[in-house]
Amino acid sequence: MQWETVIGLEVHVQLATRSKIFSGASTAFGAEPNTQACAVDLGLPGTLPVLNEQAVAMAVQFGLAVHADIAEVSVFDRKNYFYADLPKGYQTSQMYHPIVGPGDVDITLDDDTTKRIRIHHAHLEEDAGKSLHEDFLGMTGIDLNRAGTPLLEIVSEPDMRSAKEAVAYLKAIHAIVTYLGISDGNMAEGSMRCDVNVSVRPKGQEAFGTRAEIKNVNSFRFVERAIAFEVERQIELIEDGGTVVQETRLFDPERDETRSMRTKEEANDYRYFPCPDLLPVVLDEAYLDHLRSQLPELPADKRERFQSELGLSAYDAAVLSASREMAEFFEEVHHVCGDAKQAANWVQGELSGALNRENLSITNSPISARQLGGLLSRVIDGTINGKAAKQVFQALWNGQGENADAIIEAKGLKQVTDTGAIEAMIDQVIAESPAQVAQYRDAEPEKRGKMIGYFVGQVMKASRGTANPQQVNGVLIAKLDALL
Amino acid sequence: MHDKTLTQLAAALKSGEFSSRELTSHYLQKIEKADGTLNSFITVTGEQALNQAEDADKARAAGNAGLLTGIPLALKDIFCTRDVKTSCGSKMLDNFIAPYNATVVEKLNAAGTISLGKTNMDEFAMGSSNENSHYGAVKNPWDLTAVPGGSSGGSAAAVAAGLVPAAMGTDTGGSIRQPAAFCGITGLKPTYGRVSRYGIIAYASSLDQAGPMARSAEDCAHLMNVIAGHDVRDSTSVARGVPDYTETLNAPLSGLKIGLPKEYFGDGLDPDVEQAVRDAVKVYESLGATVREVSLPHTHYAIPAYYVIAPAEASSNLSRYDGVRFGHRCKEPVDLIDLYKRSRAEGFGEEVKRRILIGTHTLSEGFFDAYYTKAQKVRRLIRQDFLDVFEDVDVLMGPASPTPAFDLGAKKDPVSMYLQDIYTIAVNLAGIPGISVPAGFAGGRPIGLQILGTHFAEAQLLNVAHQYQQATDWHLQLPAFAEENA
Amino acid sequence: MALEESHVRRAAHLARLAVSDDQATGFVDDLSRILDMVDQLQSIDTEGVSPLSHPLDATQRLRADEVTETNQRDMFQRCAPAVENGLYLVPRVVE
Repeated sequence: MQWETVIGLEVHVQLATRSKIFSGASTAFGAEPNTQACAVDLGLPGTLPVLNEQAVAMAVQFGLAVHADIAEVSVFDRKNYFYADLPKGYQTSQMYHPIVGPGDVDITLDDDTTKRIRIHHAHLEEDAGKSLHEDFLGMTGIDLNRAGTPLLEIVSEPDMRSAKEAVAYLKAIHAIVTYLGISDGNMAEGSMRCDVNVSVRPKGQEAFGTRAEIKNVNSFRFVERAIAFEVERQIELIEDGGTVVQETRLFDPERDETRSMRTKEEANDYRYFPCPDLLPVVLDEAYLDHLRSQLPELPADKRERFQSELGLSAYDAAVLSASREMAEFFEEVHHVCGDAKQAANWVQGELSGALNRENLSITNSPISARQLGGLLSRVIDGTINGKAAKQVFQALWNGQGENADAIIEAKGLKQVTDTGAIEAMIDQVIAESPAQVAQYRDAEPEKRGKMIGYFVGQVMKASRGTANPQQVNGVLIAKLDALL
Repeated sequence: MHDKTLTQLAAALKSGEFSSRELTSHYLQKIEKADGTLNSFITVTGEQALNQAEDADKARAAGNAGLLTGIPLALKDIFCTRDVKTSCGSKMLDNFIAPYNATVVEKLNAAGTISLGKTNMDEFAMGSSNENSHYGAVKNPWDLTAVPGGSSGGSAAAVAAGLVPAAMGTDTGGSIRQPAAFCGITGLKPTYGRVSRYGIIAYASSLDQAGPMARSAEDCAHLMNVIAGHDVRDSTSVARGVPDYTETLNAPLSGLKIGLPKEYFGDGLDPDVEQAVRDAVKVYESLGATVREVSLPHTHYAIPAYYVIAPAEASSNLSRYDGVRFGHRCKEPVDLIDLYKRSRAEGFGEEVKRRILIGTHTLSEGFFDAYYTKAQKVRRLIRQDFLDVFEDVDVLMGPASPTPAFDLGAKKDPVSMYLQDIYTIAVNLAGIPGISVPAGFAGGRPIGLQILGTHFAEAQLLNVAHQYQQATDWHLQLPAFAEENA
Repeated sequence: MALEESHVRRAAHLARLAVSDDQATGFVDDLSRILDMVDQLQSIDTEGVSPLSHPLDATQRLRADEVTETNQRDMFQRCAPAVENGLYLVPRVVE
């Protein structure tokens, strides 16, 4: 039987506010345990929440970026359950009236086609603390520094049909939140966390299959692997005559599998009700207009502009707009050198290759965008040739000079375009290569083209790579043909 | 000194008749002598009070005294007080030394008042008799066999007995007004949001409100001048100007339109209470007010709606008492669930458990709409009743409670206890202010007249109450217990 | 809506309250009477009435995104039942 996979994602994004969603405690990562948990975060008796305006603004910016309806009135609810790292015995969230309503985001697939994924809603909520399971006399330690960090939970419709689509969606969300600057998007530090809902159904069937929710899928790679495993598990289960049960499963990256989190506890009942300590959040049109006017250019727009204005290919435009950092780097290179295609080629070619080799991200690139742009300017204006450019690149990478010009100067890489000098070098090479000249002369005319390579190589060598190769080529052919 | 009102004491401090230290010592001695019988305090902070009093005297000597500088007060043990035990009447918080001050406490400190200690209360403010306290019942100083009312029973009894000139209470369904009535003192529940809730241990967040309990409306006005106002730490507190509540105390009442809700004079109302209220209304007529009967048609549904909404909020508010970060923790828990279940079972009393269970049940799947959503809709109807009548009248008057204080141990059934609050509970659902003023006695036990106004009408209520207290002296009467322990 | 003992047991579990068999019987009795009283609500027509969560028609004020709190861990943990290395301790949680 042919199976179809149906995937929906719940993405939790930690918002990059300075203080917590309901208190004035810092959200900085990595502090000593419980030093950033204030009276409100600890749920001390009598404490009350007050909403952070920046958390609201960030949620709205996300909503605007995914073309969503922003709720004129949104309401915080309490989700009641007991857990060691949940200080108040409830999580303040938005169940019935979330701040961001239905929207959509376009993802790009491998074949450069795009697909629209609908967003069901996005809501604000507070993060919980952390349980540390190291051995404290057989006890678990609770750190509440993270408690109260603002989260935006972005819930998609079940619109994805493959692990690749799910990853593309997650990357698109990552790009949007980092473009907006509302999150650092750091999945390793938990700034972006993902729950995946997966089900399968026979191809052509309309009704959804029973889904499993996979928790703890906290990297792009894990999303792909967790889905791959889960799809296979569900199909095997059904084909063997079993049925999928609706449950929560945990992805174990070490074993590359998902496993059931079912416990003896009966199903929870969160008893959502409106939080009486917070009032309805009312946003007016002027506020939305203000935020709309401040939105940066978003990934989809940038990609479109890279194609239409800069003439990049669909592939280049997609790669270069995929992350804010990449796009900003490319645009700076382009701004300095003025040639989009050169900039695109070098950023994706030489630079990305070098970064990959040393496992660096573009933000940690040893070569700045300004330096790379300066280098390309010298290629474009003919100061250096391609071969010398690679040497300059390497020198910049190694920190051997302030900028391309200094390195070109120091290494004497300036291209020789003086015809007299080139002719003199060519004459010398011809004089020193009688055997090759004889072969050239005796060869069939159509084979001579290939034989010219030898002479070009010798001339370039003689010039230590600085001669202009096109010029060398032209003069050589003229001189050799004159000997025929 | 103990027979003086707070206003009179402030004048005496100002004139130098006695120092704050003398006054504070006087009250501490009275507490020492009388509170073994009354049980109105959970914690007495004598040393701290004397230190504060000395500071107040120094401030006065330096010419930095405000109107209330050096005045001793007591705080219901629901207000968080830094470095002082804040128990909320519960075993759960018997070991809880609050690490911060409630906003009300900060404001009172800034005004130079002195805290003598923390008063007894029904556990987590759940009760109408003060019999639900982990620290034992409080006795009514007018009759030691009677309850003082609740949940602010300790505050009411302490003021009535002359152990303190005024005290702070909180009112979620009548918890200031009913004990004020039972103990023959004046108690104001302000408009929801008028006084900050920050640092007041929550019972039902959308209903809780703090207010003053004192000998007179004038005393309450002085205290309201200190505690009212917006607090950036409380999202539900109201950013709206605060009037000087003493300024309008003497405004004449001629032309005042009084409404008597017919539902407040029906079955179950003690005839002596009714007579006292009708006599009080006659006094107002003599002061130039006009009186008419009005109707609050959904009155009957206030108690049912309250007993859905308040327990629902409470069940969630009280989840933080889990034995992890503060409060009671059971011995040797075998796992996390055991830690929760036993710590909470041991730390909470019966009534608190009852309300947690009711609230948990009514919020749970399959019951939420029928109970919670329905009660919230009825709440809107109840509020609308008030908004409608305040189109026609300025204030409403009626009894604060259907009977005078009942005997200790008399009400064993929770529902019959709940029904005591028939005249006070709707006020919290609507969020309007209400005041109870002494208006007579029945069998030696005080009777309270309740006066209600529209949102933010505190100044008017205090004016209306004050004018009555200019014309009568019910509020100046002291129980024999106070005289015996003078 | 009649209240069963199973409802009380479920509520007690959700609310994390240990309840003995005797207590459960008592609570069924008390809660049934309370809910009977509450059931009077069902007799009111609330068609078209929207629920009221807050007594005033106020809206949420927003706080500037500023760090105003300092580290007060030592003071906050003075009232904690069990701490170690700045962490609150609970019986081992198995995930």
